[in-house]
Amino acid sequence: MPHTITDEIIEYIGILAKLELSDTEKAQAKKDIATMLDYIDRLNELDTEDIEPLSHIFPVTNVFREDTHADSDAIGTDGSGTAAKESVREQMLRNAPTVESGMLKVPNTVEQEGT
Amino acid sequence: MSMTEQTEILNLTAVELSSKIKAKEIAVKEAVEAVFSEVDKREKDLHCYITLDKEAALQQAEQIQAKINARELNGPLAGVPAAVKDNLCTADMRTTCASRMLDHFVPSYSSEAVLNLQRAGVVILGKTNMDEFAMGSTTETSAYGITRNPWNTEHVPGGSSGGSAAAVAAKECYFALGSDTGGSVRQPASYCGVVGMKPTYGTVSRYGLVAYASSFDQIGPIAGNVTDCAAILETITSHDKKDSTSIDRQSIHLSDAYGSAGRGNIDKGNTDGRTDFTSALIEDVNGIRIGIPKSFFTEGLNNEVKETVLAVAEKLRQAGAVVEEFDLTCAGQGDIRDIYTEYAVPAYYTIACAEASSNLERFDGIKYGYRTADYDGLHSLYKKTRSEGFGAEVKRRIMLGSFVLSSGYYDAYYLKALKTKALIKRAFDEAFTRYDIILGPTAPTTAPKLGESLTEPLKMYLSDIYTIGANLAGLPAISVPCGTDSKGLPIGMQLMADCFQEKTLIQAAYTYEQLRSSIR
Repeated sequence: MPHTITDEIIEYIGILAKLELSDTEKAQAKKDIATMLDYIDRLNELDTEDIEPLSHIFPVTNVFREDTHADSDAIGTDGSGTAAKESVREQMLRNAPTVESGMLKVPNTVEQEGT
Repeated sequence: MSMTEQTEILNLTAVELSSKIKAKEIAVKEAVEAVFSEVDKREKDLHCYITLDKEAALQQAEQIQAKINARELNGPLAGVPAAVKDNLCTADMRTTCASRMLDHFVPSYSSEAVLNLQRAGVVILGKTNMDEFAMGSTTETSAYGITRNPWNTEHVPGGSSGGSAAAVAAKECYFALGSDTGGSVRQPASYCGVVGMKPTYGTVSRYGLVAYASSFDQIGPIAGNVTDCAAILETITSHDKKDSTSIDRQSIHLSDAYGSAGRGNIDKGNTDGRTDFTSALIEDVNGIRIGIPKSFFTEGLNNEVKETVLAVAEKLRQAGAVVEEFDLTCAGQGDIRDIYTEYAVPAYYTIACAEASSNLERFDGIKYGYRTADYDGLHSLYKKTRSEGFGAEVKRRIMLGSFVLSSGYYDAYYLKALKTKALIKRAFDEAFTRYDIILGPTAPTTAPKLGESLTEPLKMYLSDIYTIGANLAGLPAISVPCGTDSKGLPIGMQLMADCFQEKTLIQAAYTYEQLRSSIR
């Protein structure tokens, strides 16, 4: 049976995906997702009753290591590249949208009591 | 330097150029300048690059030349100018993933594959155009404009590594790195008449590759011929502790560690995981067993592509290979003769979108990248940043991925796709007990015209039908040019081998390339 994506489902997907869609985008998304789900439904023709889901091609297990830390500036870039002109901290802050006093500036994440 | 000298330099392959550089016949600087003279001529029309840095390239050339002169660098790629897809991090060079989201992002470190190239004395020229976050098959979803196919500028170069493939075809670099999640190295290589290769999953470190679908993503070379490809792959292959899925191919006995996947081509003696890929550049396919999946040659495949690829099979048969048709099937599926054609694409897109929705959560406007100008609180910042920063195709995949992972739908879609992946892997395992190589087309058609693909996403997804199998099953695969169609556009054929059997793959591809006349 062809899929119908309701307004509720699109709203829910918007919350999960953290996307804010215009009405035109919503209408297009409903159509696109329904088309893809109709197409994906053909997987139901396969008998997967006793099949284990395969997430990794090789039987690898978790790779553990000691939780050590190192000075990222000491690791630096490889000798074959140009020498770092600034510290990694400075480079990272340069990529940040807003910075204050050498730190990332972000909006309030927790409301203060009484404000 | 005269025009003729420059043309002569540009006509060399990467390995040939490096030999002449090491023999002091050509200076690294001359090679860099020859490439930039070609860039000046063609880049305006083609737009292969998002970022190009001539000054930095000339600086690298000087340093590398000094090391070559001091005999500190003597590898097969020393001194060769190359390009890197813009989803591979490069320290001090902007890395955008062809997205507004990362417009001004300058990484503080380089990806391991790029470092491996730099250690080998490769000059990094710049960063190539691609589909936004590698999501697309035409390079038309880039936020920085389209790339045109050097063979015919009315056509797409393929994607998502379209800029890399076009730059190699146009001689705007000697080779390039791409990334391949569902065919993104092989398909553009096929459309642009160059060689593209995806190694076994885990062979090249993904450290510093901006993730799309982590269980499929592999970095691979795009080059003018098989020899260059083998040399590049040998150079970028490494076991990297910074990537937990990176495989230590040198020290393990693969058939013990990885079960049937490491079984491989016992007749040819390639049972170990050694990565001396250039040692397989041997012209010999005598006794190699080549399987042709019947379903690869049925509906949906362009007739000219079909005839040209079947002619490759015939050529290899004449050279001593054993060629046979077969069904990519597995037991227990009733009347279903072919497990691949109908089910690989839906399984692939379900898994790829699911992983993408998770991987791209990091782009939230907090630590780096784009941030919306106006917002009201944290959640508004997230939503507006992502809605403005991502393009339509990226949003489409994130939404589908979020849906198939959501509670109530997870089992029906995501888990079902992972089970289908297991069945497809089983079908390949079965096939590789009988064949060393699987041969088929790389793509169902030659390069489509610009603007024709994006209107119908499902149609675009189907253009990946022959390439996604290697990603679903982790296999190595290579696309080699094998002719042109009546419009003069290149046709590519694809060879696949069992996991860790790159050497068999390279040997077969190299042999075909020696038998083939130039396609230009």
